Amino acid sequence: MQSSALLVTLVVLPAVGAAVLALVPRLEGRVATTLGATIAVAELVGAALLAIGYHPNGAVYQDASTQVLAAPFGLFWRAGVDGISLLLIVLTAIVVPIAILGAPARHRTRASISWLLLLEAATVGSFASLDVLLFFLFFELTLVPAYFSIAGWGDQRRGPAAAMKFFVYTLVGSAFLFVGILVVAFLHQSQSGGALTFSLTALSSTHLSGTTGVLLVLAFTAAFAVKSPLFPFHTWSPDAYSEAPVSGSVVLAALLAKLGTYGIVRFDITLFPHALVTVGPWLFALAIASILYGAVVAGGSSDLKRLLAYSSLAQMGFIVLGIVSLNQAGVSGAVLLMFNHGVVTAALFLLVGFLAKRTGSSLVTGVRGIQGPAPILAACFTVAMLASIGLPGLNGFVSEFLVLIGFFGAEGWWAVIPTLGVVAAAIYLLWAYQQVFQGELVTPAGTSISDLDWRERSLLAPLLAIMVVLGVYPKLVLDRIGPSVVHLLAHLHAVGLSSTAIGPR
Amino acid sequence: MVYAAPWMLACALGGFVVLLAFGRRLGEPVAGWVATAAIAAAFVVAVVTWIGLLGHNNREITETLFGWLPIGSYQVKVALLIDPLSVTMCLFVTGVSALIHLYSVAYMHKERDFTKFFVYLNFFVFSMLLLVLADNLLVTFVGWEGVGVCSYWLVAFYFDRDSAASAGKKAFIYNRVGDVGMLVAMFVLFTHLHTLTYLGIATGAATLTGTQVTLVVIALLFAAAGKSAQIPLFNWLPDAMEGPTPVSALIHAATMVTAGVYLLCRMSHLLVLTSSGRATIAVVGAATAFVAATIATSQSDIKRVLAFSTVSQIGFMVLAVGSGAYAAAIFLMVAHAFFKGLLFLGAGSVIHGLDGEQELSRMGGLRTVMAWTFATFLVGWLAIAGVPPFSGFFSKGDVLKGAWAYSKPLWAIGLVAALLTAYYMTRLFVLAFTGDPRFVRAAGGRRALAPPHESPWVMRLPLVVLAVCAAVAGALGPALDRFLSPVFASTHLAPLSSASDDTLIAIDGVVAVAGLAIAWWLWRGRVERPALTPRFLANVWYWDDAYDAVLGRPAARAARASAEMVDPLVIDGAVLGVAAVARRGARQLRGLQNGYVRSYALLFAVGTALLVAYLLARTF
Repeated sequence: MQSSALLVTLVVLPAVGAAVLALVPRLEGRVATTLGATIAVAELVGAALLAIGYHPNGAVYQDASTQVLAAPFGLFWRAGVDGISLLLIVLTAIVVPIAILGAPARHRTRASISWLLLLEAATVGSFASLDVLLFFLFFELTLVPAYFSIAGWGDQRRGPAAAMKFFVYTLVGSAFLFVGILVVAFLHQSQSGGALTFSLTALSSTHLSGTTGVLLVLAFTAAFAVKSPLFPFHTWSPDAYSEAPVSGSVVLAALLAKLGTYGIVRFDITLFPHALVTVGPWLFALAIASILYGAVVAGGSSDLKRLLAYSSLAQMGFIVLGIVSLNQAGVSGAVLLMFNHGVVTAALFLLVGFLAKRTGSSLVTGVRGIQGPAPILAACFTVAMLASIGLPGLNGFVSEFLVLIGFFGAEGWWAVIPTLGVVAAAIYLLWAYQQVFQGELVTPAGTSISDLDWRERSLLAPLLAIMVVLGVYPKLVLDRIGPSVVHLLAHLHAVGLSSTAIGPR
Repeated sequence: MVYAAPWMLACALGGFVVLLAFGRRLGEPVAGWVATAAIAAAFVVAVVTWIGLLGHNNREITETLFGWLPIGSYQVKVALLIDPLSVTMCLFVTGVSALIHLYSVAYMHKERDFTKFFVYLNFFVFSMLLLVLADNLLVTFVGWEGVGVCSYWLVAFYFDRDSAASAGKKAFIYNRVGDVGMLVAMFVLFTHLHTLTYLGIATGAATLTGTQVTLVVIALLFAAAGKSAQIPLFNWLPDAMEGPTPVSALIHAATMVTAGVYLLCRMSHLLVLTSSGRATIAVVGAATAFVAATIATSQSDIKRVLAFSTVSQIGFMVLAVGSGAYAAAIFLMVAHAFFKGLLFLGAGSVIHGLDGEQELSRMGGLRTVMAWTFATFLVGWLAIAGVPPFSGFFSKGDVLKGAWAYSKPLWAIGLVAALLTAYYMTRLFVLAFTGDPRFVRAAGGRRALAPPHESPWVMRLPLVVLAVCAAVAGALGPALDRFLSPVFASTHLAPLSSASDDTLIAIDGVVAVAGLAIAWWLWRGRVERPALTPRFLANVWYWDDAYDAVLGRPAARAARASAEMVDPLVIDGAVLGVAAVARRGARQLRGLQNGYVRSYALLFAVGTALLVAYLLARTF
């Protein structure tokens, strides 16, 4: 393995930035924003370099590095990227600077920016980890900054409670993951007779009996299902998403949610292929329940942030559906959907934040017809909304289509049911749009609605540009994740799963 | 010259981009002229492409632009299929669009979002061209959705009017419901044929099982029902009349709503393999033609009459497709684009002249005040009524001939619908243009009404051009049939003897004149005849109310209940319940559950330390 400093830098840089901001009190105010944004943009440049240097048909894991951290515990630094993790690291690097700058000025304090940078470090670390224990540490580390972001800068009354619910809920899920990780590692050690290791590659050769495998995949997936979230483990998310500050909602929905689905792709498929096929139907059921239930509840939500939370629940359902289809189309679509959902949902939460800044709340009641005074805001919202609905020509469609065609390949006519979710998304989003943007102008007493200013437009522009570019030319991304997905699925064949068990192609 | 086809797309897209970037600076009327010029250029390119195609022996030319979407090892390409069918579509789409763009420059005069209107309109034409030019289902679907979203924007163009906003939403959602069919059809076809190109599907169709073909065709029919406003998804179209009238003419009469018929014709090689699928198509078409025609007899709003008429006319086209008379379906589509576009633009001229009045009961006597509109509308009326020798007579005649060969009962239903067509159109014509001018009285005391006025030449020119087309397009029939036939799968319709052919034509003519005469006699000098406009028909067979009662309201209630009760109480409650049980079980440790994150962090740290200790113990 050649060692590369770039990936390590991408993990360390935001962490250092976070530490500096946390420790140097003089950096308050605008300086903090400037410093934080500079670091986040530098991170983005680094991620771009990583992406440019990535060879789709080169080594499976590139920019790989290994370093002993604590040998007795088997704790190693093992990091590297394939097409899948690369894409999610790029997503993280895109979203964090926008989250930092998208927050209202009073939220852009030294502490809040420090937490966001720490969160970025932990998220990039999670995606870069090729070691299960290392992943777990990063995965858990994300909780702390997320908690303080929600509790500290969210809704003053309900924020702390929502943060606590989020924290406890995810922690309980992680407990299963932690136990699961230890069991796999010990089983592997007793089978191989070597030193304790948490290396993903090593552990993937562990032999697991049917029941053990199923229990382990359930333990892992429990943590991931809470984090994503999936029905019925989602009830922390509407509270957390709606009580969090703008930047908090953006990173929670766009980035942290992906840790869960990424975990399923990276660890469930690699470590427990047989068991994943066994529990596949149950995961399909949860995924479809998430899609339909998320859609129904979103349709009944009168708070845009809660509506987006339930809409995200449905999208997570689509992602899991694609992953568990275990074929090229489904998994590629799911990975692309992780990225696309991150971009679209970041834009939507940002827009709701901009809207709430003007109207005082994110409720759909009490404000109407603001397409008149704020046409650009309305246009941006429309584009993001249509991307979320899955309009062809925008990015959401490509991933949704691949997921559904993959699921059809795996499960046949059952695919009609999630396809109905496509209709539902149009219903609740267009309804919400009509409530807020159309009709005769009504604003809270005495307020006049201004259109997006240049700062707001420039934050949205890159996200909207990605929606269009990846809708028209998705090969840009698909050609990079394709070989990695092939490799991931080849592992299934290698362990003897026939193509019938994992669906055609 | 055939390879010029992408420039058609480039013209429309270029107009869209220019207006999006500089539209506000260009302002009225320059933005409108730019948009019109872009589409006129697209029409020129379409003509060039057509002439080029005539010179080719191989008339199935695929032009690949770029690779779009890899599905596994297969690659969906953005590619164009240039063949007689797509070129025919392009010719009339760009031609009619250019005229309606021109008309809109004057019609949209002094509207608030003048520029934005043309941005949408150009993007619409781009999407429509993509829809008909695509060489595969997925790229067609891009255009399909593109025209759908333009329809959403343009129906809800007057967004501050709640009814318009709701109508736009309704149009989009009904189309989305239909899209499920399109997606499912693609899933099945791709999974079994590993291709989505039309040529590939035509070649591979024979390898599918009978059930698969039938299911795909039914799914496609469902998609077509959404886009082309057929039963059971037809009732969004009348609401879509909330949009500006040029939009109704272009999108909701001449072009977009016929996309479903185009799609079914494109899939003729699948259709011929399933007799039950084709029967379903034919029945849906005939039923829609009839139901919508009955509704059209009882509407009081000029645009709603025309909207139901459109639904009914597309029903005829779908009936033709089901009967296997594909060329007849396209023939009627082209003729319909002329005469229905003309009728809508004429209606727009009337509405424009009467300052927004749409109620037939407050029109009357417009013959004298709006001579140009009257004369051109007259042509459109006779054409749609099927009076010889106007285009509707020939095109509808071909459709009914196909239906006769396919099924006598369906032919009979079609004939009744044709009779009703002549009837309701005559009613409309009589109420609007003849008799006393009722608009004067209607305006009295309510508001100062500008005196009714004829529209400017920019609006009259498209009317005249379309009237000429609507009058003479009937002559196109045989040539169009020869040009298109190679595209379609052969259906082996039993050829009619020339004697029965003549009889059918005679029946068509008699029916048209009879419908016309009956309406003339019943409505001359009358404004209201409640017995002839029963509630049941005026209220669209209570179709909307039924959907609302069965689907709409229960779904809304379920959504509200889920958001307010099920999720917070049942699901979250279960979670909290588990937590509560755990808490009771660990009452001694209650002090730890104090809600402070540091306690949890401590707990977590302790737990981790224990596990690490365990690890160490095992390792050494």
